[in-house]
Amino acid sequence: MKRRRFLALSLISLPFSTAGQPNAHVSTIDPLVRSFTGGKDVLPGKVTLVLPRIADNGHSVPMTVTVDSPMTPAEHVRAVHLISEKNPVRDMASFYFGPHLARAEFSSRLRLNGSQRVVAIAELSDGSFWSDMVQIEVREAACTED
Amino acid sequence: MALARIQVPPQAKRGEPVEVRIVIQHPMETGFRRDANGVRQRRNAIVALVCRYGGVEVLRAITSPGVAANPTLRFHLRAEKTGDLEFWWIDDDDVEGSAKAQLVVV
Repeated sequence: MKRRRFLALSLISLPFSTAGQPNAHVSTIDPLVRSFTGGKDVLPGKVTLVLPRIADNGHSVPMTVTVDSPMTPAEHVRAVHLISEKNPVRDMASFYFGPHLARAEFSSRLRLNGSQRVVAIAELSDGSFWSDMVQIEVREAACTED
Repeated sequence: MALARIQVPPQAKRGEPVEVRIVIQHPMETGFRRDANGVRQRRNAIVALVCRYGGVEVLRAITSPGVAANPTLRFHLRAEKTGDLEFWWIDDDDVEGSAKAQLVVV
């Protein structure tokens, strides 16, 4: 049922994603994405999400996000949001920072419920949104939903 | 109270980037796991983490069970002046934790 719903949803959103926005991996009509962007366009580029291509298990997957930004008071990264496609909790984490950080880069470890796409959305100080997507293969999922 | 370890270099030059690492001992229970007796473990994950440097908030993270157990974070601060690096976090059980380290700037 879930898969059917997903397929139906992706069919509906397909014409939107090809017409209205430049990168197809972020749907700006997704309520979760909207809650971060307020409906603004999410552009491809500037953000680099680094995840391994294959993870033996999803319990602890190293992750690094880098944003192309000088991190000055005038021009910096405001926030980075990490969205999972298949985790029961899709908004995995949001990081809010500013010009106090010397580099627009941070690392952490994620828990992933199976092979999926992970999306990072960055909000810059000029109000623009940028994103990157990584397809990761997880051999053993971290949690089972029942 | 959760245990945490903060790693900062012993000294930093003013204006230079300083690598800060923190590891917090926390199960980040997802709420979907069952123990050996089949009893579902209640969700208990860190939901928010704040880092202050010299009293100024420099980073805030809103987290979920999508962050691995014993969460780690690594980032680069701009060394401004010698001061305390304070971390504070709270989990689903409203248990707060904190950790402190001094950043020496020369």
